Amino acid sequence: MEFFVVQLLNGISYGLLLFMLSSGLTLVFSLMGVLNFAHASFYMLGAYFAFQISTRIGFYPALVAAPLLVGGIGMLVERYGLRTVHRYGHVAELLFTFGLAYLIEEAVHLVWGRAAVEYRIPPSLEGPLFAVFTSQYPIYRGFMMLVSVAMLVSIWLALTRTRIGLVIQAALSHPQTVEALGHNVPRVFMLVFGGGAALAGLAGVIGGNAFVTEPGMAAAVGPIIFVVVVVGGMGSLAGAFVASLLIGCLQTFSVGLDWTLAGLFARFGWRVTADTPLASLWSIPLAQAAPVLPYLLMVLILIFRPRGLLGTREG
Amino acid sequence: MAVLRYRPLNLGRWLLWGATAALFVLAPLVFTHGFALTMMTQMGTFIIFALSYNMLLGQGGMLSFGHAVYSGLGAYFTVHALNLIGKGALAFPVMLLPLVGGLAGLVFGVVFGYVTTRRAGTTFAMISLGIGELVHACVLMFPGFFGGEGGISTNRMVGKPFLGITFGPAIQVYYLVAAWCFACMVAMFALTQTPLGRMANAVRDNPERAEFVGYDTQKVRFLQLVLSAFFAGVSGALSCINFEIVTDENVSALRSGGVLLATFIGGTGFFFGPIVGSVVFVFFVVALSGFTQAWLLYLGLFFLAMVLYAPGGIASLVAMQLPVIRARRFGELALPYLLALAAGLVAFAGLVGAVEMVYRISDASLDTHMSLFGVGFDARSPRPWTAFGALLAAGLVALGFAARRVGERWGAIQGELQGNRA
Repeated sequence: MEFFVVQLLNGISYGLLLFMLSSGLTLVFSLMGVLNFAHASFYMLGAYFAFQISTRIGFYPALVAAPLLVGGIGMLVERYGLRTVHRYGHVAELLFTFGLAYLIEEAVHLVWGRAAVEYRIPPSLEGPLFAVFTSQYPIYRGFMMLVSVAMLVSIWLALTRTRIGLVIQAALSHPQTVEALGHNVPRVFMLVFGGGAALAGLAGVIGGNAFVTEPGMAAAVGPIIFVVVVVGGMGSLAGAFVASLLIGCLQTFSVGLDWTLAGLFARFGWRVTADTPLASLWSIPLAQAAPVLPYLLMVLILIFRPRGLLGTREG
Repeated sequence: MAVLRYRPLNLGRWLLWGATAALFVLAPLVFTHGFALTMMTQMGTFIIFALSYNMLLGQGGMLSFGHAVYSGLGAYFTVHALNLIGKGALAFPVMLLPLVGGLAGLVFGVVFGYVTTRRAGTTFAMISLGIGELVHACVLMFPGFFGGEGGISTNRMVGKPFLGITFGPAIQVYYLVAAWCFACMVAMFALTQTPLGRMANAVRDNPERAEFVGYDTQKVRFLQLVLSAFFAGVSGALSCINFEIVTDENVSALRSGGVLLATFIGGTGFFFGPIVGSVVFVFFVVALSGFTQAWLLYLGLFFLAMVLYAPGGIASLVAMQLPVIRARRFGELALPYLLALAAGLVAFAGLVGAVEMVYRISDASLDTHMSLFGVGFDARSPRPWTAFGALLAAGLVALGFAARRVGERWGAIQGELQGNRA
């Protein structure tokens, strides 16, 4: 029971972080049709900027400044990069962001080196928040959840209750009509792309010190958020939310369990020995198979429900 | 009734393929240095890989981020076959081992292709990425078959020598790769001429119309991917024979990204594009990585510049000049081109200086006293920064100017050429 509650809390906080990343990706995808390969790179940039700012000024200024900086970079990328390749089609846009991901990773190597940097949790947020049975739940995890939830609520309010949010929603489905009504749709695109980048940057600020800030962090998280978007359904924000929590819990739970398929078979009376065909496959503990599970889930979803959990369009 | 066929001898094509074969045979006689030989062997393997990738991206319109899966798994099966031959448990000529790799690639192409080719476009790209990560994670999960982090090493000098060929000397490996590379090039070119190759183009350009004509687009994509996976497997097997080791790097996202970069830089619109791209890419990787730590940065910048300004790749840049050369007007463009090239080189020199200085400063283990382009200086002093900054700025300004000149001349010549035709 204790294990269950702790892992559930961890899974939810990780899932919310994933949603902060995948929501930006989904918004940009459904608005512009661009799958931003460099999205996880913005996450990494957020973490590195926060590290740099927090060593000079402090963590709380970094919490505000780093996402804004990353958002600014995102807008510049959209204005001077994506808009140029837009006329060559979606594949060219995808390739552009792919190249950009390479470039950002190398730039990080260039400036901060190849090893992980010491981006630490601020002292004011260290320590236990409350006790779950015998184990202490850290304050920082709670802080992460608070920031993510506050962010998500404000985005939801901005999208549904403000004028610009309504324009964005309209531009999602009918860009030509919105343009004909006198709104500057390219600027809306730029804002959304920058906003998505800023969200990824914020995720980097709060995720970078909870996990580890290193040049490989973009490549580690990038494929996972793609899986989230595919599992949830391309272009569906609600789907991305469900899939984020699902995959967050899946990953945190599986790391702590040492169940094997052999154990499952044993319940039905089949014994797996060293001579059984594919014995090594049946006796792999779940904890070891954890990195594969999200991708397996994605493959299963694609076979049995190609449009994703809550997706409406196929292909 | 006999069917009459008129098929003139395509002299140009025979000449081109003959010249390619001659180039493969003669290249090691010209570049005799051992370093050049290793590089050419790697180029040969990579050419097969990139051409097989272009069967997806260029011919089938499928942008894949997980193509290394097929070449890597092909390499793993080859390494096990090679070790079995070494133990005497299997009698199979080493020369034909690429067939084993190709077959493994084909089988996995069938398995994964069933999932990936259900969708096209952006979704296909994401799924291929997911499959790539899945396989990479699995490779590390089963150390029994895949050897874990250390990979599996082997010895290629096994089995009975055939006509004295033991594959001990590097030159024998080169000729093995060259022979397979040439055969695969011919086979892949022939495939573009088959109904399947043509249908793949149709599915790339307009899937809806292809379905209306009565073709199953998913099946066309599937067949194209399976065949492409076969050739990728061949290339993986050749790299296994060449390096005598297979590690998880062979199936990694880095390699999948590499083949995408190479193919795109070469040009996806022409059959010979990926060949050019492979030569450039391997040169970048092998030669440049010896000189500078920042080679990936330069490669990424080069790639981005190609995406932004020459989305057809090097091949399309070359092909664009052909009508101008045929009309004997290339001389008018030569001077603007040279100016643009010179300006570009100046800007590039400035950029290289700045990047290398940043590397020197950020890496604490390196001395900031360095020398570049034959000039020694200290990266911490302001003078080199001003110098390289000025070079970069001047180069960029001149490049913008030169590019406008090229554009004007180009437009004028095109206008006249089209006017003549009308």
